Amino acid sequence: MPFIPHTEEETREMLDAIGAGSIEDLFDEIPAELRSSGLDKVPPGLSEMDIVRLMHERAEQDARTLCFAGAGAYEHHIPAAVWEITTRGEFYSAYTPYQAEASQGTLQLLYEYQTMMTRLTAMDVSNASLYDGASALAEAVLMAVRANRKSKSRRILMPRSVHPAYRKVAHAIVHNQNIVLEELDYAHDRGIIDIASLPDAPGDATALVIPQPNYFGNLEDVHALTDWAHGHGMLVIAVVNPTSLAILTPPGEWGESGADIVCGEGQPLGAPLSSGGPYFGFMCCRQSFVRQMPGRIIGRTTDLDGKPGFSLTLQAREQHIRRSKATSNICTNQGLLVTAATIYMSLLGPRGLERVASHSHANTAYLIERLSTLEGITAVFDSPFFHEAVFRFDLPLDDILRALAAQGIVGGVRLGDDYPELDNCLLICATETRTRADIDSFADALQRISGRLQSTGCPVKPKM
Amino acid sequence: MLIFEHSREGRVNAPQAPLTDQPCNDIPEALRRKHRAGLPEVSEMQAVRHYTRLSQMNFSIDTHFYPLGSCTMKYNPRSCNTLAMLPGFLNRHPDSPANMSQGFLACMHDLQEILKDVTGMQAVSLAPMAGAQGEFAGVAMIRTYHDARNDDARTEILVPDAAHGTNPATATMCNFKVREIPTDQNGDVDIEALKQAVGPHTAGIMLTNPSTLGVFERRIHEIAGIVHEAGGLLYYDGANLNAILGKVKPGDMGFDVIHMNLHKTFSTPHGGGGPGAGPVGVSQRLEPYLPVPLVTESGGEYHLLTQKSRPDSIGQLSAFMGNAGVLLRAYVYARLLGRDGMQRVAEYATLNANYLMVQLHKAGFDLAYPGRRATHEFIVTLNRQARELGVNTMDFAKRMLDYGVHAPTTYFPLLVPECLLIEPTETEDKTVLDNFVEVMKQIQQEAETDPEKVKGAPYSLPVRRLDDVKAARELDLAWEG
Amino acid sequence: MSNIPTELRYTSSHEWIKREEDGTLTIGITDHAQKLLGDLVYVEVPEEGVQFGEGDDCAVVESVKAASDVYCPVTGEVVASNEALADTPELLNTDPYGEGWLFRMRPDDETAFDNLMDADAYAELVESEEH
Repeated sequence: MPFIPHTEEETREMLDAIGAGSIEDLFDEIPAELRSSGLDKVPPGLSEMDIVRLMHERAEQDARTLCFAGAGAYEHHIPAAVWEITTRGEFYSAYTPYQAEASQGTLQLLYEYQTMMTRLTAMDVSNASLYDGASALAEAVLMAVRANRKSKSRRILMPRSVHPAYRKVAHAIVHNQNIVLEELDYAHDRGIIDIASLPDAPGDATALVIPQPNYFGNLEDVHALTDWAHGHGMLVIAVVNPTSLAILTPPGEWGESGADIVCGEGQPLGAPLSSGGPYFGFMCCRQSFVRQMPGRIIGRTTDLDGKPGFSLTLQAREQHIRRSKATSNICTNQGLLVTAATIYMSLLGPRGLERVASHSHANTAYLIERLSTLEGITAVFDSPFFHEAVFRFDLPLDDILRALAAQGIVGGVRLGDDYPELDNCLLICATETRTRADIDSFADALQRISGRLQSTGCPVKPKM
Repeated sequence: MLIFEHSREGRVNAPQAPLTDQPCNDIPEALRRKHRAGLPEVSEMQAVRHYTRLSQMNFSIDTHFYPLGSCTMKYNPRSCNTLAMLPGFLNRHPDSPANMSQGFLACMHDLQEILKDVTGMQAVSLAPMAGAQGEFAGVAMIRTYHDARNDDARTEILVPDAAHGTNPATATMCNFKVREIPTDQNGDVDIEALKQAVGPHTAGIMLTNPSTLGVFERRIHEIAGIVHEAGGLLYYDGANLNAILGKVKPGDMGFDVIHMNLHKTFSTPHGGGGPGAGPVGVSQRLEPYLPVPLVTESGGEYHLLTQKSRPDSIGQLSAFMGNAGVLLRAYVYARLLGRDGMQRVAEYATLNANYLMVQLHKAGFDLAYPGRRATHEFIVTLNRQARELGVNTMDFAKRMLDYGVHAPTTYFPLLVPECLLIEPTETEDKTVLDNFVEVMKQIQQEAETDPEKVKGAPYSLPVRRLDDVKAARELDLAWEG
Repeated sequence: MSNIPTELRYTSSHEWIKREEDGTLTIGITDHAQKLLGDLVYVEVPEEGVQFGEGDDCAVVESVKAASDVYCPVTGEVVASNEALADTPELLNTDPYGEGWLFRMRPDDETAFDNLMDADAYAELVESEEH
């Protein structure tokens, strides 16, 4: 029997001890009419050999792509040691550290993670992680409403240059509590928020969300935005890419007094693309807001002998104590991904992460240079950028993407659905893992495809 | 020792990152970082040794019996992990077009179908990233359902007082008022109190069955009738699905919406506290509101449905499609078990729990609900020991660690004083259960003869009992060295 | 046995109320309540000038394992709050009727105090909860 160790003899002994005739008898409190008629749609069990074969076949179907998509999920090199250590059974098969003395490994690692995140963001405190970047933004919005007691409006200014999926997730999670996410447009030529367009009298708003880099890969004028928000009684919620912080001003140093709450997607720190998850969301804030923060938080303390140790702390914020008045319903964090991220940051160190960030930036600069020379492709924005850029295509994107796919290339992420003004535009990314040769072959493929589409006008058959 | 204490300025672990620096002069000075972030500077070996040592300070399923009630700490088969980490799955970008994703999408579609059958529901969404997010999705759908009917008087969610804290916290996130329903002395919902509580303001009820008290709610049909009659919907918290897997389908009990904890019932790793996955299943009337994306199949091809084609959906709950890698692990597990293996999960989880309950009772421990069958878990109360010997549940729990057993869930549910919620799971063999009984007897004896010893436990772990009050009063949440 | 000073008034949710000479009321939590909660680690007191109705949540007291709302015993305006509790929440454990006071308010209705539970009635309540 799969994963069940009992022999027939043991089963019999156990039933005798219970005083039951059969295993069926143990279900005698369940009304007969509720008993299931069976699982017809569940296939019969497979041997490990069979499932290995099936999964290899399926994985193989999706394999060997050259990826230029980013948009919130980035392909970075992950050192071999990261997942070797992360998948050790002692990390992999442990649970939330409820018994602190038997979980010092996980707890110390989380404390180290919290420390690393505060240093990367230049903030006071960090929690032990949330589900992903998008849901972390939703939690940051709820937190800002709790923390900004002077504001009564439950109104959050949400720039359109924030990842559209993050905005949708934040809306789905917070709108039931009558919180309004008010859109703030960006300057359509520069692809960033135009400071001059911000109102002098914005009225009572709880917080301004500032993305850095923004969804288009562009760098916002974070100092001026932070000061503008603080000047009008708003809190600042920063949404940042952690890799970029190796080279960009950390949110704790934005403007005169820094951001108040910082959140973002932790995936670039050691998590594989993996179809969008599991990733982890990170969240940091000022010391004074720590009791408004959702999620697990680890503290350093001492044991009965005065020896240092670690435990879950500030638990009175959480659902298992506060129930309907908790800061959030969140129960777990994304422990295993944080384990990977902590090992990743340790292996790279500040200089390694700086190289990852600067190479990603340089490769994207080269990508922009190469693609801009091609006929029918133009870079849309002219702003400082990190490792992504938006391109407009003269030929139909459907045809181009299909032709790229036929050559195993994921060409980027289309923007038209979320930004009508960017119809037929692609968001394209090059991290440190895209070599110059990769970028050249991408550019060559685009050139060939454009040439063929122009001459034949007929779409290319998709790879299946 | 912290990783930061191994760090020396200028130590570079060269091969892990690109070998050279690249200038970033085109980025304006004002937007560039002025000082390097204070991350550790260690060699690969230092990092590997440090984190390997930390791992060895943990209890885990792979190393210890872990009967944590309501958490279903069963064995996590290795093949589930290995196969979910095949390069084709790991390297797939979430925005890859469907025609480059057929292998992954086929797994997701199969999993949706399997979960539909297991729960007896009309449709399933794999989107929620954890049990609590599944709960949120479920309650948000209940809200949307009533809103769509302009039934705006339904402002209350009923929650039994034995419920997990996420239930009331979730109801609040969806802007419902929470009304608690008491439990009767046998551990069932107090039906009379329920009848009093329902009315035109009832949006729904959140129930776990078997309940967190480790017993099956026998009058579930009657409860469903009362709530439906009043116009409310029934939410099934799937925390305890392991107890009835393949034996009872929540859909047959009358539930309208259910979330599952795949990290429990489908054995995906708990990872030191996540990631989980909390798919939701719904009856027909809630189907339009399922969170997106959904996986669909037509003509042998799979693709994702987004809000564009599902306009009534409560929306998207993650940037992409939830914890895909966890879903793959659950899929492998489901295929390894197959239909017969799944039914045996509930059978042997129940056998182990009842055996352990009976043996502990024979050894002199008090059961919270002595007249009831255990489901996949049960409650022992140490109220007598606390009163007579001054040794409480926390002391017992800490002493167990010295004997190499992870403590069961303590002080939950809140209803039963000095309780241990014990869930052995189906993957443990009789010898392990017998050993647990011996450990409990041994601690009982120590509590009678040398209570101070038990109160001072643990002694053999990396640290002794920690000062939680100091941790909360003198907050130290990041290293300042 | 809990300490229940006779000159104070009480609520069934374990707040104590003292009438000051200037007619304002000082509010705290009882010895019985602090014992139930255990070592307190955080206290959130209301800001001066805030208006509360009778029964409103007006403060939060937290121990490691529990968090509890404090309910306003009468309707009125907060005129002072105990700032020392931010750094030394343990005052609630060591001196619940003295240095562990939470806040002071001016009641809208000056006779409200007289309608609150007296020490005998509160002692009875505590007695019944303990059994």
